Amino acid sequence: MSAGLHELSAKQALAGLRAGKFSSVELTRAYLERIEQHNPRLNAYLHVAAESALQAAAAADKQYAKAKRSKSAKLPALLGLPIAVKDVLAVAGMPATCGSRILENFVPSYTATSVQRLLDAGVVILGKTNTDEFAMGSSTENSAYGVTHNPWDETRVPGGSSGGSAAAVAARLAPVALGTDTGGSVRQPAAFCGLSGLKTTYGRVSRYGLVAFGSSLDTVGVLARDAADAGLILKVMGGYDPRDATTVEKTPKLEKPSGKSLKGLRIGVPKEYFIDGLSAEVENGVREAIRQLEALGAKAVPVSLPHTEYALPVYYIIAPAEASANLARFDGVRYGLRVAQDDLIEMFKRSRGAGFGPEVKRRIMIGSYALSAGYYDAYYGQAQKVRALIRRDFDNVFKKVDIIAAPSTPSTAFRIGAHGNDPLEMYLEDVFTLPANLAGVPGLCVCAGFDGQSLPIGLQMLGPHFADERLLAVAAAYQKVTDWHKQAPAL
Amino acid sequence: MSSKYQPVIGLEVHAVLETRSKMFCACPVVDSTVGEPNIAVCPVCAGMPGMLPVINQAAVEYALRVALALNCTINLTSIFARKSYFYPDLPKGFQISQYEQPLAQNGWLMIDTAEGEQRVAIRRVHIEEDTGKLTHVEREGQRFSLVDLNRSGVPLLEIVTEPELHSVEAVRNCAYALRSILRYVGVNSGNLEKGLMRIEPNISIRPIGSTEFGTRAEIKNLNSFRSLERATTYELARQEQLVEAGGQVVQQTLGWDDGRGTTQAQRSKEVAEDYRYFPEPDLPPLVLEKAWVDKIRKGLPELPQARRERFIKKYGLKAYDANVIVAEREVADLYEATVAAAKTADAKLIANWLTGPLFGLMNEAGVEIAGLRFGAKQLAALCDQVAAGKVNAAGGREVLGVLFVEGGSPTSIIKARGLQQISDSGQLAAWVSEVIVSNPKQAVDYLAGNAPLLNFLFGQVMQKAGGKANPAAVREELQAQLSKLGK
Repeated sequence: MSAGLHELSAKQALAGLRAGKFSSVELTRAYLERIEQHNPRLNAYLHVAAESALQAAAAADKQYAKAKRSKSAKLPALLGLPIAVKDVLAVAGMPATCGSRILENFVPSYTATSVQRLLDAGVVILGKTNTDEFAMGSSTENSAYGVTHNPWDETRVPGGSSGGSAAAVAARLAPVALGTDTGGSVRQPAAFCGLSGLKTTYGRVSRYGLVAFGSSLDTVGVLARDAADAGLILKVMGGYDPRDATTVEKTPKLEKPSGKSLKGLRIGVPKEYFIDGLSAEVENGVREAIRQLEALGAKAVPVSLPHTEYALPVYYIIAPAEASANLARFDGVRYGLRVAQDDLIEMFKRSRGAGFGPEVKRRIMIGSYALSAGYYDAYYGQAQKVRALIRRDFDNVFKKVDIIAAPSTPSTAFRIGAHGNDPLEMYLEDVFTLPANLAGVPGLCVCAGFDGQSLPIGLQMLGPHFADERLLAVAAAYQKVTDWHKQAPAL
Repeated sequence: MSSKYQPVIGLEVHAVLETRSKMFCACPVVDSTVGEPNIAVCPVCAGMPGMLPVINQAAVEYALRVALALNCTINLTSIFARKSYFYPDLPKGFQISQYEQPLAQNGWLMIDTAEGEQRVAIRRVHIEEDTGKLTHVEREGQRFSLVDLNRSGVPLLEIVTEPELHSVEAVRNCAYALRSILRYVGVNSGNLEKGLMRIEPNISIRPIGSTEFGTRAEIKNLNSFRSLERATTYELARQEQLVEAGGQVVQQTLGWDDGRGTTQAQRSKEVAEDYRYFPEPDLPPLVLEKAWVDKIRKGLPELPQARRERFIKKYGLKAYDANVIVAEREVADLYEATVAAAKTADAKLIANWLTGPLFGLMNEAGVEIAGLRFGAKQLAALCDQVAAGKVNAAGGREVLGVLFVEGGSPTSIIKARGLQQISDSGQLAAWVSEVIVSNPKQAVDYLAGNAPLLNFLFGQVMQKAGGKANPAAVREELQAQLSKLGK
């Protein structure tokens, strides 16, 4: 019976559960078996919560049975659906290492709001997925617990930092997974793994319980097999949270396409995203996808986001600056790694020295420098000004078009170790995804085909603030007439 | 201080906003000198990963009350900022404070100085969070430090004055005036010993006539008004001696050692700190509605300064007495209620009884207004009895003493203790003549010019009367009988 359960999308799985075709325990067990089989190779999960998952699944099954007996139709929206959670999101009772040695034995007593809302809706948590240390990276190579392998080609990276979640969903080790996106960390792995990856509007999903990297950029997102699944998750986990002062109390309802037709939809194609360094295969894939959107009735027009080229330097000042303060709490005093020393300052230094990896240290240093007295105006202050210009670029363009379509990444998945010696090369991986974080707008990456090496190509769509559902609707229309998203890697 | 140098002093005051919950989480604010350690701690104020601050609106309201009472300009948009430094009592590795665009700025308050009233400018008023508390202990030869996070995240108000104070007296009066305002607007109990109010003077000197600022030193660790005065006096003398000897004052933070009566450089602050301030990304700018600010302004009580002026005008009090009475809102409230309840006693007599005998009893016993066993009605009744001559001053003190210890009604106490003043002229004349007859030598000597003997004879009469005779009437009768004798 459970042979093909892992092939079902989240939506299909929920329909099956409701119809009583299989139980949540069967579904959960199917995923746990696949995890057992493939995770040792892929290293997508850092922690598998088999026992608690089966308990939760059994409880969900009881609820289904009870509802059937009482003929009550009222059931939590995601009852019995397994999910995976990126290890930077707190789940009470489960480890939250954030891919770092400094939190190796850290188990939070609290649960992130995003996760709690999903739990309240009945999900079953399979485990915690690998990430670049504190979400700093684009390949999971910065994880203290080993790289995650791309299920499409295990010699390649899955992207990052939500690479564990992406690999888990692509390899069918989870129907859907939570990721986080600070500079592209949901969209880039979605592109590398052929998934639908939603970066939500800043302020749409609570950051409470998300271990902060760049607080003004961090967003919780979804890695899913298709746009419909991502929408299911967003609907449950989004919305105002009194525990996060940056969530928005009332989100505006924006127009969105319904059904198959995209008639009237205006798509902006920004020239700054089709530049030297963009691989020809990715460009062709993205342009072909745009043509398909046009075939559905949309109208593509060239637009310009003139400050795009500054996104990278601006990001690499703001994100490390915020990170340098956010990561100051890891001092060995209350939790996490402590290297005991007689002298207090020495204890701080040794604990942090041993606990953080090289990329995290690099960013703490960059950030501390950018905030230092005498340098603040030239770096952080200036970066904030340019950030405002980047945001204005988007505001201007979204007066003329409904969404933007562009590549997600300059290339398809690269080989493990390819950027090993040069952090700047790695930073360039995020060149197309960073601007959305700086502007706070939503982004959605969908699979738009494969390159000559059978690696997925990602189409990135961006929308104005709170147009998350619009992006999902456009993608859903695209996915009705294409089947790229249905491809699965052969394991 | 010799006359060669002028002290230039500003105050930085940190006052706990005594709200029910902490600044950025729902933990209760507890008395950190009493409670068990770490009983009021949650993941937010313990700086756990992934936790976010949420602004406590009550704390903002408290802060506004103070800022408005200090005549500040309120910034309707103010910004929280992170102030970064490593210390085990700072769980996040940064303190949420305000830096550019504080809650309020450009205020003032009036203080008394030897040269008269002075208007002291307030530079800024901002909100921040308190740190935890470290206790260093040694057990079985092992030294270690214990962290208590009860205080971590408690709302604090920082008030910074311009360096416009030029004497120890001005420093003291400014600190008292600030404390008085904090108490009047009901945000802080003004307790220095418990650290609910922390006063840090920054002190420099300059040659008289100079308008340039000297290098300043900041003094911390002052947990009483007495140490504030002592430390300021000490530091001014130290700087003068240093400069006179050809040395230079170094900018530094000094810790006051109350036991030794000296200051010491604080080791951790010798290195110039770079706090790497930047706007707190987890909190949007604090935007206040003008209507709300106006409502808080309207809800402010009459403040000490205004009340003092009114007391002088309405009750005819001397400035000194008015000051003493308005310094604490509860005292001033008791005074006004007593004046209102009194039938024969006038406002001045009541002021004398309040600031004299009653304050004496309160200071001796360490009791505050709230702890009194009687109220305005009883105090008014006592003053009425005194004013009407029904009881003399000594008797009145005795009645007050009983009220203070047991409470009750002054008229009943007077009756029960037989303290009614005796003004019956026949009785007084009899006692006076008895005293003169039994002390002939003193009477003769007095008449011969030894004037102080009158007091002796007066005392003898009062003793005969058991202290209850009307003293003025006794004096009158005594002088009348003696002068008759002299003729």
